[in-house]
Amino acid sequence: MEQAINQEVDARGLNCPLPILRIKKALNTLQTGEVVRMRATDPGSVKDIVAFCNQTGTELLSSEEGEGEFVFTMKKN
Amino acid sequence: MAITKSEVEEKLADLPTGMNPAQMNQWFDQRFEEKMREIEENHIPSLSIVVTKGTMDWGYPPFILASTAAALGWEVDLFFTFYGLQLLKKELNDLAVSPMGNPAMPMKMPFGPQWFQDINWNIPNIVMGNVPGFENLATSLMKKTTRNKGVASVQELRDICVESGVRMVACQMTVDLFGFKQDEFIPEIADWIGATTFLPIAQKSDVSLFI
Repeated sequence: MEQAINQEVDARGLNCPLPILRIKKALNTLQTGEVVRMRATDPGSVKDIVAFCNQTGTELLSSEEGEGEFVFTMKKN
Repeated sequence: MAITKSEVEEKLADLPTGMNPAQMNQWFDQRFEEKMREIEENHIPSLSIVVTKGTMDWGYPPFILASTAAALGWEVDLFFTFYGLQLLKKELNDLAVSPMGNPAMPMKMPFGPQWFQDINWNIPNIVMGNVPGFENLATSLMKKTTRNKGVASVQELRDICVESGVRMVACQMTVDLFGFKQDEFIPEIADWIGATTFLPIAQKSDVSLFI
């Protein structure tokens, strides 16, 4: 089943630590259980998103790579 | 007042739970583990940084670490002292970077074809030191490079720090020493303090860095 997305964050072209800061900002506006999807081009964000989710208790639903882009979906807990 | 061994034994025997020492130990270990887990779960990590450098390149690490820590939900304290105070000026446009005496800094051009951008210009100190405006040139090249690569400006990172509740305190002695005026600095400075006030903050924080 396709996951419903409550918010989109475009972090393409942004470098460390901006993708993380953007995702944090987006999560602040979401309710518990809502989902945010972020597109990024910073290869460092793949590991950083995992660390961010571990620290903040955010659920990383998916982390995909394709055509030089990284797409993450996260659920606020 | 000292308590004798027989008194301890007497008290232990009186325990309403009627546990023997082995059970008591087991109960304690279990309870201790639960308590420690509870404390750890409720613990908010904290970061404190002494910020001592005021050039554009050195402005990045403290603001990157501070804004990221804040995004992770940490409590962050930055103590700006000596040249670090430059990072709290209202206008950050004057922040410069100098390749002079900094052999680790690559000198690459942020424009032109890729083969040209890949060249690391090995410019002798004697040239850097004598060509007027060399530092300005290096600074504007660095700014262009950060923009090209999608790296935030120092100003942008500082704004994010302010927004996300990073506490910034500044050294009073430095202001007096360099003849600054407090109104040259951003109003978000939480306090003007000295080492005596900062050290207890650093002591309590989980991570403490000097940059």
